[in-house]
Amino acid sequence: MAMDDSVRKAVLSAVPSLRAFAISLCGNVDRADDLVQETLLRALANIESFQPGTNMSAWLFTILRNHFRSEYRKRRREVEDSDGHHAESLKSQPDQYGHVEFREFREALAQLPSDQREALILVGASGFSYEEAAGICGCAVGTIKSRVNRARTRLAELLHVNSAEDFGPDETTRAVLASGGE
Amino acid sequence: MNERKPVGQQNPMEAAVTRNKKSNSKPAKLGRDVQARLGQQLRAMYDEVVNQGVPDRFNELINRLNGDDKKDGH
Repeated sequence: MAMDDSVRKAVLSAVPSLRAFAISLCGNVDRADDLVQETLLRALANIESFQPGTNMSAWLFTILRNHFRSEYRKRRREVEDSDGHHAESLKSQPDQYGHVEFREFREALAQLPSDQREALILVGASGFSYEEAAGICGCAVGTIKSRVNRARTRLAELLHVNSAEDFGPDETTRAVLASGGE
Repeated sequence: MNERKPVGQQNPMEAAVTRNKKSNSKPAKLGRDVQARLGQQLRAMYDEVVNQGVPDRFNELINRLNGDDKKDGH
């Protein structure tokens, strides 16, 4: 099964972002990489259903999301509190995303309902338009917009931020910076 | 390759400190500065993974699927 070189490049260039999205969905790097691998296998097995000229990245995200959802539903029977479980699995691996400075943010993110988290990531981090995100999630554009808004509001609540000033690793750092800076 | 690039983000503190407390106390709507900072953190977190590039296993997978025996390209 030889594929067009441009297709191969497009698929590979989508991988880093697919991984980041997968990690945000399942909260576990190893599981996320398996999810990406399964996505690539599915995508390449059905490559003829990809419409040249359309967004390869969005197509792959759609496959990954659908695959995750169907797997997730299967596993749901085993795991009662699925969002709580997700939050816990993120907390138990604080360094998998990297810097500790994101810990608080990550934990807040993990507490969002999964549809809100997903919408926020797609629009706010993956860089998809509302329309593309709606296509990926199979819902209306307005639904994505309201999910993103609710996600932002809830995040701000969870992080106790009312203004940009409230952001930051901790009070001490803020105090030091405030006293030292002009 | 697993080399990680540091996330090239500006010091979040500077941005937060220099900006002033024109915080609107309206509870319902988020200020633009808050939205911007949330967005920044979200992207910084996401980009940490993105900046790891394509792990070998995926390069190998794609190459393998692209024709097992074709060792020398075209």
